Amino acid sequence: MARAMTPEEVPVRTSMRTTRIALALAAALFGVAPAHAEPTVKIGLIMPYSGQFADPAAQMDNAIKLYMKQNGDTVAGKKIEVIRKDTGGVAPDVAKRLAQELIVRDKVDILAGFVLTPNALAAGDVSAEAKKLMVVMNAATAIITTKSPYMVRTSATVPQLTETFGTWARKSGIKQVYTMVSDYGPGHDAEQGFQRGFKDAGGEVVGSVRFPVANPDFSAFVQRAKDMNPEAIFIFVPGGVQPAAVGKALAERGIDAKKTKVLGMGELTEDEARKSMGDASLGIVTVYHYDHNHDSVLNRGFVKAFNEANAGRNPNIYSVGGYDGMRLIYDALKKTGGKTEGDALVAAAKGMKWESPRGPIGIDPETRDIVQTVYIRRVEKVGGQLLNVEFDRIENVKDPFKARTTR
Amino acid sequence: MATVSLEALRGPHGYLRAQTRWRRTEIAFWLATLLPFLLFPSYLQLASQIAITALFAVSLDLILGYAGIVSLGHAAFFGLGAYAAGLISKFGWGEPLSGLVLASTLAGVAGYGASVVVVRFRHLALIMITLGMGLLLHEAANSASWLTGGADGLQGVRIRPLLELFSFDLWGRAAYAYALLMLFLTFLVARRVINSPFGLSLRGIRENAVRMPALGAPSRAHVRKVYTIAAVMAGMAGALLAQTTSTVSLEVLSFQRSADVLVILILGGAGRLYGGILGAILYMVARDQFSGINPQYWYFWIGLLLIAVVLFLPNGILGGLGRAAAWWRRVSP
Amino acid sequence: MLGSFVGVLFDGFAYGMLLFLLSVGLSVTLGMMNFVNLAHCSFAMLGGYVTVTLMDRLGWPFFATLPVAFLAAAAASAALERALFRPLYRASDLDQCLLTIGIVFVSVAGAAYVYGTVQQPVQLPDYLRGAVTFGSLRFPVYRLFLIGAALVVTVVLVAALEHTRFGARVRAAVDNQRMARGLGIDVDGVFAVTFALGSGLAGLGGALAIEIVGLDPSFAFTYLIYVIIVVSVGGLASIGGSFVAATLLGISDMAGKYYVPQLGAFLIYLVMVGLLMWRPTGLFGRR
Repeated sequence: MARAMTPEEVPVRTSMRTTRIALALAAALFGVAPAHAEPTVKIGLIMPYSGQFADPAAQMDNAIKLYMKQNGDTVAGKKIEVIRKDTGGVAPDVAKRLAQELIVRDKVDILAGFVLTPNALAAGDVSAEAKKLMVVMNAATAIITTKSPYMVRTSATVPQLTETFGTWARKSGIKQVYTMVSDYGPGHDAEQGFQRGFKDAGGEVVGSVRFPVANPDFSAFVQRAKDMNPEAIFIFVPGGVQPAAVGKALAERGIDAKKTKVLGMGELTEDEARKSMGDASLGIVTVYHYDHNHDSVLNRGFVKAFNEANAGRNPNIYSVGGYDGMRLIYDALKKTGGKTEGDALVAAAKGMKWESPRGPIGIDPETRDIVQTVYIRRVEKVGGQLLNVEFDRIENVKDPFKARTTR
Repeated sequence: MATVSLEALRGPHGYLRAQTRWRRTEIAFWLATLLPFLLFPSYLQLASQIAITALFAVSLDLILGYAGIVSLGHAAFFGLGAYAAGLISKFGWGEPLSGLVLASTLAGVAGYGASVVVVRFRHLALIMITLGMGLLLHEAANSASWLTGGADGLQGVRIRPLLELFSFDLWGRAAYAYALLMLFLTFLVARRVINSPFGLSLRGIRENAVRMPALGAPSRAHVRKVYTIAAVMAGMAGALLAQTTSTVSLEVLSFQRSADVLVILILGGAGRLYGGILGAILYMVARDQFSGINPQYWYFWIGLLLIAVVLFLPNGILGGLGRAAAWWRRVSP
Repeated sequence: MLGSFVGVLFDGFAYGMLLFLLSVGLSVTLGMMNFVNLAHCSFAMLGGYVTVTLMDRLGWPFFATLPVAFLAAAAASAALERALFRPLYRASDLDQCLLTIGIVFVSVAGAAYVYGTVQQPVQLPDYLRGAVTFGSLRFPVYRLFLIGAALVVTVVLVAALEHTRFGARVRAAVDNQRMARGLGIDVDGVFAVTFALGSGLAGLGGALAIEIVGLDPSFAFTYLIYVIIVVSVGGLASIGGSFVAATLLGISDMAGKYYVPQLGAFLIYLVMVGLLMWRPTGLFGRR
């Protein structure tokens, strides 16, 4: 180990990988960058590809691949190269290290992905220090985008959805509500957002409960809610295993969405959850920014292409976040003529407006956060299929949290 | 081992003196830890996290490998150190060295408190009680989100440059130097501890917990002492992670972290002091490489690695290497 | 008030039975055979996937999938036992721990590769949905079914292990291998069958649990803590102990969540730590 190998000394039989490591080593030692045939733009994707949150990451990644397939991998004369890194779940220390490594070792120009809030917050420091554009494609805690002036978001914020929903619920005639949320950051945000919107519009919160994040059985909490006999129940649980579990508990306890109104964040009636719940999901009203059942030409094309690429699976919010994130990157690069400096890219992204599969969206030039239509949907049976059917919408919603704090 | 029986002839003090002597391989190893600065300057952030994990694993080795206490809740002390270091800086004291000392002391105090309970139990009950205490602390940190920031993680951690000279930058030079230095210093302490009469009686407790008090060794007091030392070291590892990354999240207290460090220590070889360090290097480098190639399914390759180590190198890598060396000595006199 | 109390007791008992079904196999492999089998939930996950595949893709009725889930997990574990576990029966606990964690990693990645990371839909037949009303009380049908299944498993298992010739061989082989061999018992064979039994029970438990707890590749990790808690509180090697422990944990967890929801996340761990401090070898443990 006294002396590093130069590329010429690498034995012939070594694999490509060893060769690459050796090249990287040599590059690092002598400061020689391997010559590229054409100019590239490198995007580092930091996501929980493995572990508990692997599914959101997979759905997002599939949409990113789809976007690149549909739009080519060359923008403004530069080839787009994507490097994928796994955080394995909630791990801000790992996310931050990966962001650092992507920038100093892989020389990426843009950081993107970010399913989870703590990871996005940690990488935000790196984006600010290295002055690189960072596109948050899912993590939804309101404060994230304040971490770096180079950060933009293409998903949604929790208050953007829940506060709007609270106001809507009161206006739709509901007077009393009981709230049930998971006992962790996003759950608390959802609870606060909904209660604020609902109370400010003159509604009354008759009670609330928070359930543990790791909670295999919801019957005790649902029973409690039932014993309160409220007019409506608002529910937030993280996507994945829990929505179906809550839905089944509601049905078992005999909470009928026709008598007690069941309100929730869109996670509650995701595809897999509806399928597991069956008819018990009928009548549940949820708020979200995207559903594959959204009716527009653009969305039908997107869903069809996504289905074809992914064995019939439907896109969800993670997919549309990733898809729009790529769209933002492509358009920003076109605007800057391929320049990749953080300042230029973020300036190009500010105020951008386009038609997404979810409807018209834009980037707020002041907060760099997303502005979009918020949809109110109800589970209905359409042609024998249980679907989220949009029946009301609130247009041009900004993040209410930052609207309050910036003024 | 033939050498041991010879040393034993010179009495226990001779044995201990022989053990404390630095071997050439050890010196070479520690010199090699400086190589990343020259050879892999863009891997220093990873190297710093390996050093931190190694420190955490050495701390677990003190109680598991030497006192026979299997803990599935060791992340409790790691997390306490991390949160303490983070909170100290959040409330305006960003100087890292004093923050590190304070945070590890706090973890040590908690460790002493826990040791009073832990020392009363053995076997499965001990494992499960450490697990339970770890999980309770994790839930408590989630509940106390006014203090810890809950699931979003602690915000506002600001660490001053080390000695007001070296800031924790993107390259991770200061991070690795800091973590490596702390690993080396605590390793010296750990080495001193286990090669003392105290360390010897710990091994006695591991082998036969009933017999040691009969020989006049205060075994509960010994266990309390080593548990506290281990907690200080675990807290230091946590504080280092918080300081070098300016992030603290609930994950530092998680069961996953306790389980990972246990896997790392067993992989390297428990009861050998260097086992934790080698395990950390192998596990984290393998993870980094596998997940770089295959971000979705790298668990598969790590799993195969663990299975292979158990089948071909029982008692961890160092255990396997030790046997190989012994065999080599036999066949080549 | 009384009504809700009865309801909480029932829910807690049903939840306990769910925990029991998931963990009873482990009191066989870890408890009786003393093998640190952290891959227990991987076998449960296998059972779950078998049931989902047969139901969702091939249209089998739910009940027909249960024996297949048992057999699939048993067969998989028999193969692994022969190849990996048998050489390690006498190895240290730590090596067994590392090996089985390795198997968990491989199984998690394997499940993600084959089935994707998506949450699997579990749709039960209508006669297992809904609830039976009794006065003002509602008893969900599936929970009644879980309780029944748990009771059947307990009775069959206790009878098989305590009152049959096979059970006597198992106990002999576990208690003293050399003596058992001396008496002409095929210890290797007995161990293989016992291990397959434990894992088969895991597969069955997984198949029964997914309706309530759901199924995705992280299943093998997520429920590991719960099953170890049940087995350690019940006492190793005691089927009855696991039953009682699961009941206690289920009811206290459910009652805590109902009456003091602020403590919801803490309660199951508090009860475990408390019980183990009181009885370090578990409620019915012998060693």
